[in-house]
Amino acid sequence: MTRTSDKPSKKINDNKMTSSIRDRSQIVIILGIYILMILFFFILKPNYLSYDNIMTILLATCVNGLLALGVSFVIFTGGIDISVGTVMTFSSVMSGIALNNWGLPLPLVILFGFLVGAFCGAVNGFGVAKMYLPPFIATMAMQMITKGLSLVVSGIKPIYFTAAPGYQNIATGYFLGIPGFYNAIVILLVIAVIAYIIFSKTIIGRFALAIGSNEEATRLSGVKTDNWKIAIYSLCGLFAGFAGLIMSSRLNSAQPQLGAGYELEAIAAAVIGGNSLNGGEGSITGTILGALIISSLTNGLRIMSVPTELQSAIVGLVLALAVYFDKRRRINE
Amino acid sequence: MDSKVLEMRNISKSFPGVKALDDVSFDLKAGEVHALVGENGAGKSTLMKVLAGIYSKDSGAILINGNEVKIESVRDAQRLGIVMIHQELNLMNHLTVAENIFIGREYKKKFPLFLDAGKQIKKTREIFSELNIDIDPTVKVGKLTVAKQQMVEIAKALSYDSKILIMDEPTASLTDSEIEDLFRIVRTLKEEGRSIIYISHRLEELKIISDRITVMRDGRYIDTVKTEEADIDDVIKMMVGREIFVKKQEPFKNEDAPVALKVENLSAGRMVKNVSFHVRKGEILGFAGLMGAGRTEVARAIFAAENYESGDIYINGRKVKIKTPNDAVKAGIAYLSEDRRRYGLALGMNVDENISMANMKKFSKLLFIDFKKSFTNSQMQREKLDIRTPSLKQRTKFLSGGNQQKVVLAKWLTRDSEIIIFDEPTRGIDVGAKNEIYKLLNNLAQQGKAIIVISSELPEIIRTCHRVLVMCEGRITGELIGDEIDQNTIMQYAIKRDINNGRLSS
Repeated sequence: MTRTSDKPSKKINDNKMTSSIRDRSQIVIILGIYILMILFFFILKPNYLSYDNIMTILLATCVNGLLALGVSFVIFTGGIDISVGTVMTFSSVMSGIALNNWGLPLPLVILFGFLVGAFCGAVNGFGVAKMYLPPFIATMAMQMITKGLSLVVSGIKPIYFTAAPGYQNIATGYFLGIPGFYNAIVILLVIAVIAYIIFSKTIIGRFALAIGSNEEATRLSGVKTDNWKIAIYSLCGLFAGFAGLIMSSRLNSAQPQLGAGYELEAIAAAVIGGNSLNGGEGSITGTILGALIISSLTNGLRIMSVPTELQSAIVGLVLALAVYFDKRRRINE
Repeated sequence: MDSKVLEMRNISKSFPGVKALDDVSFDLKAGEVHALVGENGAGKSTLMKVLAGIYSKDSGAILINGNEVKIESVRDAQRLGIVMIHQELNLMNHLTVAENIFIGREYKKKFPLFLDAGKQIKKTREIFSELNIDIDPTVKVGKLTVAKQQMVEIAKALSYDSKILIMDEPTASLTDSEIEDLFRIVRTLKEEGRSIIYISHRLEELKIISDRITVMRDGRYIDTVKTEEADIDDVIKMMVGREIFVKKQEPFKNEDAPVALKVENLSAGRMVKNVSFHVRKGEILGFAGLMGAGRTEVARAIFAAENYESGDIYINGRKVKIKTPNDAVKAGIAYLSEDRRRYGLALGMNVDENISMANMKKFSKLLFIDFKKSFTNSQMQREKLDIRTPSLKQRTKFLSGGNQQKVVLAKWLTRDSEIIIFDEPTRGIDVGAKNEIYKLLNNLAQQGKAIIVISSELPEIIRTCHRVLVMCEGRITGELIGDEIDQNTIMQYAIKRDINNGRLSS
């Protein structure tokens, strides 16, 4: 009896793992490529790795990183959310309204922005889970709806946050007064850790992967897959709300015409980070790496005075190559 | 008239691990309807797919009108005048009848790329009038009934000027009057000197339409008989084969055990009609029948994987409402699907994740997963069921069929399910692992679980079940207990359609 009773606990140790980094080798490869890329820029322009430039890159990662984190959860389920860019804008526009028109105190203004994002996500989830809309269509509708509403509500004019003096500092203030170390970077870091925990330690992450891996088998295991999908799309919307806060704080205003195009960059980050659009696998670490690769690449190209138009083309090329090599690796497996 | 249009000689065909056809010979005369019968997996479809160019044979010869021919593709077969009409029709619903018939070889106008729709429609009308069919060639196929769609398939076959038509279970989804129409067309084809190979389970139907019957079993040719001289009972015996010795399940001892699941008048779609049954704790109840008899549909309806139209379900004597799989799981029902890769496992996820899937509430607190608790349970299940995997982290797609099945079972045992439905429990599992699964079934029953086994393999039913219900076309046609359970009796009930008070009609 003693043998059987302590045997399992022994086994547990060598089974110690979280579901997050299922494929360490993949992360290592992506990290390796990232380091090579950094070295490339560093050799050509040593300034690339200066403290200021590193901070600039990290700050540039913030908005896209937050959006990519959110959309990753949806991608794990095998879905897609192309509304995150405009939902981000809509949530910051609504925050501006809450501040300027309703006179809410700043903490409530911020919270309200998050709720708007989460609500848009919940509607996406409802459309996908209960109305059986394809995720692409449901979120495309949301993209158009939030784009339209942002313009209507704002009267196609930027909404300024000057009524709340500290607002701009939320993103661009220095953390603990360390020069160059923007608050936004800390916020991204904290939220990335939270996303990592949600993904690898909670049943939300578990069910996101399970739905992406085999939705029907998951449903037939008695899991209320519909409700979980709504929760996951809401989470994605909430992250868009976070991004909205950073965005509007940096600009000290909500720009209603901004937003479109951000969703594609977020999806690109998730994909470059090795997450399969088929769902069922992936990692938060990969997503963060993907977002860093995009901002570091764009920054490097800018330093080398590559025209903006060409930068976009090169990011596109990287995206295609990333997926191509990933596919090849999977086939070889 | 007795000339052989087709001869298949000593055909063999293997798939990895299975000899699907073993030295099978078959012939067909001009103007003949030759029926091909056999149990599930007897090799009928494989033989016909070899003839239609879908599979290539490993050895043997095919002769058309006495000349040996090569059939390496569906095109080859078509050129030789052989066309197969599959059970699932291969028509494009959004195209019109005429477009479907001439797909891939449309009539073209002189000017390239432009279609001659008029000629196509005219040709279609000609074929239809020849067959005395009344279908508008310009209507979209999706708007037609299944019976009419089938006629379009036949017309399409004739447009190739096919001499040999293979029909796979053509009456499976037709009503009685539609069957009559079909037979009328078949007779017209016969008169024109075309030959038909007719695969069917419905022996009484073969009496009406066929000239000869060939029986296959386990990939081998058994015998060919003239229909007018054939005795249906003999044909059934040939299909089932000599009684192989199967160690029978011991009789159910605890007949007073409480009823765990009772189902009354369950109906769902076309496939489940007024099904009522019960299963006691500790009992293993079998569902036998041919493919498409509705057994899986009964299980899926109980589990609410599909909606059911009417019927009452009682668990431990209490009426329950089961509207979603979640309700079913809560009520203590487990369903192990025949297709575990599609409905049972998240293949990309590991053993532990799959085992805990149905019970995450138990393995989490405030959304946070209790990894230790989950691992401990998975490890316990792994030892109890002897799941062979290098680690609990192994993704389930890398496990063998038997071990995959055990993972699914572990999932349900973790959930403490009291009623376990096994749909084809050993499909795709090798012989050694099969015995293990059978042992598990007995163990579970001894622990007081109510077990339902759906199986197309008669020896499996005989070996595992205390009591057997036989289904045919959505209804329960017979109930067998103890000594009554044998292959012949099961097959009788599985084939006959007309039942009077549970007794066979002939």
